[in-house]
Amino acid sequence: MAINWFKYSAPTTFYGLAGKLIPWFALSAAILFVVGLYIGFVVAPADAQQGEFYRIIFIHVPSSILSMFLYLIMAGYAALGLIFNTRLSAMMATAIAPTGALFAFISLWTGALWGKPMWGAWWVWDARLTSELILLFLYLGFIALHASIDDPRRADRASALLAIVGSVNVPIIYFSVKWWNTLHQGSTIKFTGTTMHVAMQQAMFIMLVACWLYAIAVVLARVRSIILERERNTVWIAELPEVRS
Amino acid sequence: MKPRQKRFVFIVVAVAALALVVGLVLNALKNNVSLYFTPTQIYNKEAPQGRSFRIGGLVEEGSVKREKDGLTVNFVITDKHKSMPVIYRGILPDLFKEGKGVVAQGKIEADGVMHAEEVLAKHDENYMPPEAADALKKGGAANASAATQAGAPATSPAK
Repeated sequence: MAINWFKYSAPTTFYGLAGKLIPWFALSAAILFVVGLYIGFVVAPADAQQGEFYRIIFIHVPSSILSMFLYLIMAGYAALGLIFNTRLSAMMATAIAPTGALFAFISLWTGALWGKPMWGAWWVWDARLTSELILLFLYLGFIALHASIDDPRRADRASALLAIVGSVNVPIIYFSVKWWNTLHQGSTIKFTGTTMHVAMQQAMFIMLVACWLYAIAVVLARVRSIILERERNTVWIAELPEVRS
Repeated sequence: MKPRQKRFVFIVVAVAALALVVGLVLNALKNNVSLYFTPTQIYNKEAPQGRSFRIGGLVEEGSVKREKDGLTVNFVITDKHKSMPVIYRGILPDLFKEGKGVVAQGKIEADGVMHAEEVLAKHDENYMPPEAADALKKGGAANASAATQAGAPATSPAK
């Protein structure tokens, strides 16, 4: 059976598909959040050095990973939009930005809460922390730039450029702890594996999957409203049962 | 080439060029981007002279001495090659321990000692329960695999 993927690159068909997928992603995200937090805060043992304080890692690390990956995905969609001039790509990029910004903010916020008791400082201007802050500003810049241009197609093109240029920052965040002396410790999850206790690994992995599912659910919900807003003058929107009634 | 292929090539080339530029700039600013200097760098006079900067390394084993007032601490920061004595008056972070990572900000005075205004603890990226850490400490690398089976980290031998 050959699936015609291009069919779903049209807002008309994607709108319906997204609507069907959202409940599944949202529900599984909710379940995994509960399971992940339970393992992380109850099952996983305390850390030898940091005691109970390290447990914020189960929120901190997944949100940091998400903030970086979502940026790359957003920049990817933005590039697709520029290259192929597809409407949906740009809408997806716009839909991802607020969720990415949220995760970048959570990453910085939980990092500060973790840094104060462990390092002795809420914030230091080391390369890891600073580049993650720049990531948050890139997200906010993308949102602001897109909102400041009235014509949506022009807004798409301008903000796509910003997103693509900003993607250079993502590898800098990841490798910052390797390239320079930082207060932030090295990566626990490396490409080559991890050095973590099994229950800690499980909690981290489940939380990561839960964050992904949540991100997909909210991005799909957001892109649906963007589609409705942008295509409001079309016939197919006017014929939607939820619009007609 | 079709216009869309042209746009694709343009974006790829532009991102590559930008990455190169950023890479060169960051490489040139290497010392400014790094949070601290190591004792070896200070010994080689790469650290700023006569003004405040950060030094990072490990707290040397057996070097921590508290003075009678209970607030002033003397210790030595080492990177296993060179070391630097530090004096600090204030509250240390909980993770401050001999043999563990530390970053101190201050100025090297005429006595050759760094007078720190701020001391931060730097912890590593390994997380394990206390039993596993004890097993690693007692058994050394040879017995580390036994600890692994008991529920400790499942990869690479202990440092």
